[in-house]
Amino acid sequence: MPQNAEKVIDHEMLFRQPEYTELFENKKANFEFGHPADKVAEIRDWTKSWDYREKNFKREALTVNPAKACQPLGAVFVANGFSKTLSFVHGSQGCVAYYRSHFSRHFKEPTSCVSSSMTEDAAVFGGLNNMVDGLANSLSLYKPEMIAVSTTCMAEVIGDDLDAFIKTAKQKGSVPAEYDVPFAHTPAFVGSHITGYDNALKGILQHFWDGKAGTAPKLERAPNETVNFIGGFDGYVVGNMKEIKRLFSMMGVEATVLCDPSDAWDTPTDGQFRMYEGGTTKEQAAAALNAKATIVYQGYSAEKTAKYIAEKGQEVVTLNSPIGVTGTDKFLKELSRITGKPVPDALKLERGRLVDAITDSQAHLHGKKFALYGDPDMMLGLTQFLLDLGCEPTHILATNGDDKWAAKVQALLDASPVGRDCHVYPKRDLWHMRSLLNTEPVDFLIGNTYGKYLERDTGTPLIRIGFPIFDRHHYHRLPIWGYQGGLHVLMQILDEYFEALDANTNVASKTDYSFDIIR
Amino acid sequence: MSDLRQIAFYGKGGIGKSTTSQNTLAALAEMGQKILIVGCDPKADSTRLILHAKAQDTVLSLAADAGSVEDLELEDVLKVGYRDIRCVESGGPEPGVGCAGRGVITSINFLEENGAYDGVDYVSYDVLGDVVCGGFAMPIRENKAQEIYIVMSGEMMAMYAANNISKGILKYANAGGVRLGGLVCNERQTDKEYELADALAKKLGTSLIHFIPRDNVVQHAELRRMTVLEYDPESKQAGEYRMLAQKIHANKGNGTIPTPITMDELEDLLLEFGIMKKEDTSLIGKSAADLAA
Repeated sequence: MPQNAEKVIDHEMLFRQPEYTELFENKKANFEFGHPADKVAEIRDWTKSWDYREKNFKREALTVNPAKACQPLGAVFVANGFSKTLSFVHGSQGCVAYYRSHFSRHFKEPTSCVSSSMTEDAAVFGGLNNMVDGLANSLSLYKPEMIAVSTTCMAEVIGDDLDAFIKTAKQKGSVPAEYDVPFAHTPAFVGSHITGYDNALKGILQHFWDGKAGTAPKLERAPNETVNFIGGFDGYVVGNMKEIKRLFSMMGVEATVLCDPSDAWDTPTDGQFRMYEGGTTKEQAAAALNAKATIVYQGYSAEKTAKYIAEKGQEVVTLNSPIGVTGTDKFLKELSRITGKPVPDALKLERGRLVDAITDSQAHLHGKKFALYGDPDMMLGLTQFLLDLGCEPTHILATNGDDKWAAKVQALLDASPVGRDCHVYPKRDLWHMRSLLNTEPVDFLIGNTYGKYLERDTGTPLIRIGFPIFDRHHYHRLPIWGYQGGLHVLMQILDEYFEALDANTNVASKTDYSFDIIR
Repeated sequence: MSDLRQIAFYGKGGIGKSTTSQNTLAALAEMGQKILIVGCDPKADSTRLILHAKAQDTVLSLAADAGSVEDLELEDVLKVGYRDIRCVESGGPEPGVGCAGRGVITSINFLEENGAYDGVDYVSYDVLGDVVCGGFAMPIRENKAQEIYIVMSGEMMAMYAANNISKGILKYANAGGVRLGGLVCNERQTDKEYELADALAKKLGTSLIHFIPRDNVVQHAELRRMTVLEYDPESKQAGEYRMLAQKIHANKGNGTIPTPITMDELEDLLLEFGIMKKEDTSLIGKSAADLAA
């Protein structure tokens, strides 16, 4: 036995012990009946060819490894951003287990979320009883101040009407009539997690602004000088929100963050479990109607919400995840224009430091080619930053970005001399990306954890920026927004660059003429 | 949006629902109303008389061709027909597969999000047969149709269906704003048809807002894929539809919460009018040949 209680071998090394290697070889030889190794190699090589790429891009009815998640995930994100709010997903239990584990694996924090636990009988008779019992149980067990309801595919296919169900549940006494139960239909087979974010946030604002489902008068807008901030679906929310709030305070702007889960996913270990922590309060959500303007930091995450807010008479400034110098400049200039407050010297100093850091590393990054994939807003922000750095964002891909998004990215590329040979790929997946990396290789790949398979498959070093990041810890704690965030992104790119350079020059007395101490 | 009237026609399949709704809406258009028809029937025949077309390309068939609903533009699905009536068919899967109810939800969401309802006075949903699942109740959800008109006749199964549809409306009426606008009887020349329809309307807590007499001109118009209003505007039948249109217009979104009845009560109603005889339980399950013997 290679291991016993005294000597426990981690699975990394355990399965390399002789009895396991023999077992695997035996299984392969006698039971798997796979194709011969040369045939496998032949097909693998063919999948790296231009011929295969062309076939791959003609693919219509199949998606392989989409770079997106489903709507309810975004809705759960939103619910988590409101104070003492329980996320309630009307649908089957397995779906909800996925949202919880997905967030917990990324943020390394528990994510509270309940399901109405629909089973086969609910699929036949409708989920009204699940809603009635579910709301009552949620309130009595977990004592939230608000329950934010969203839906899974199952409830959507059978056409459960949340508005009617929640009102009926209240009539049946499951929760008091005046209790806040905002809702959003979030069919998982439509759009992506950013669509779900949008629907859920709009649902909450509509609830508070348009009369709390008929239990209160509609609010009348009485404009004041505050500013609302909507971050959008953001895997870096813990770091980014802290940074954004710091920027607001440095600017002397009184801002309301609409949907702020940064504390809920950043609770301390001090012996006390916090089911709810931080978040936008109900009072803040209601009062946000009166704000002078709303800044939507990631426009594709809040298209319908932005339209709704604008219809209420507020100015809405829509950005696309500004990252780096140009991006942050734009954000601060807009903020300054809206509020009439100047950008303070302290922030100009931070900007200068970021520019200085970029200049220090410029020689290494200039002209390097990148492939990047992720949410449409982040792609716009990162593309701009890469162009700022003199890098070439050669392949830019989003599964949940449409043709209009692609045109927007193209406009950024057209405006920069280094963007000349770069291309945008809307509505494509990671299997398309694999073809791109094989046929038109780049120096680095930027993406989430799932990019590690592409890294292994194509030999393109992966810089982990995006959501989810499961296989590295604590990235979400540092911002990627603001000048500080720009510095972190720069460092991540540089770290991977130098790692790759070292790995490529470390063979003794062969390539180590360039294995330098000073870079 | 507050001026927008949203109405829906429900009724048993084959009752003449689409014919009645298109003729009535043509009459409303004649009155100067701007109208959008949303056909919610996989058969997609709710707009043929307005468009003079066999069947309109549906939202769902176009979406299937384009890849997804998100790839569609409003212009692709919206056709303009007689008197500028705007027409959309939601469509649905082939019989026996998929989920037609979800198709209705998808289509209506698409229309709302893409501004199909902007600038019209009336949106009319034409919904098939019974409210068989949640999807077919989409048109009566909150902020959709406020008033439902049930097209029926003096036939027992049409009355049965009308009663069932009332049950569907009741489910949503308690929590929301949807109301039953009334029954429209499409004459089939059954015994005591008017009296029966009127009595059923009273039992359901509503009224028989119009009794449309049978007239062959409807058939003539149908063969030409036209409404009677267009085919023969001077005909008596065209006048009937105009009357119904005026009644609906005058109703101004009002209606009642229906009081559906039980199957026994429905049978009692037929007894009351002598359509069925109480003592005739011996008839049940007997064929014509049995009875003759």
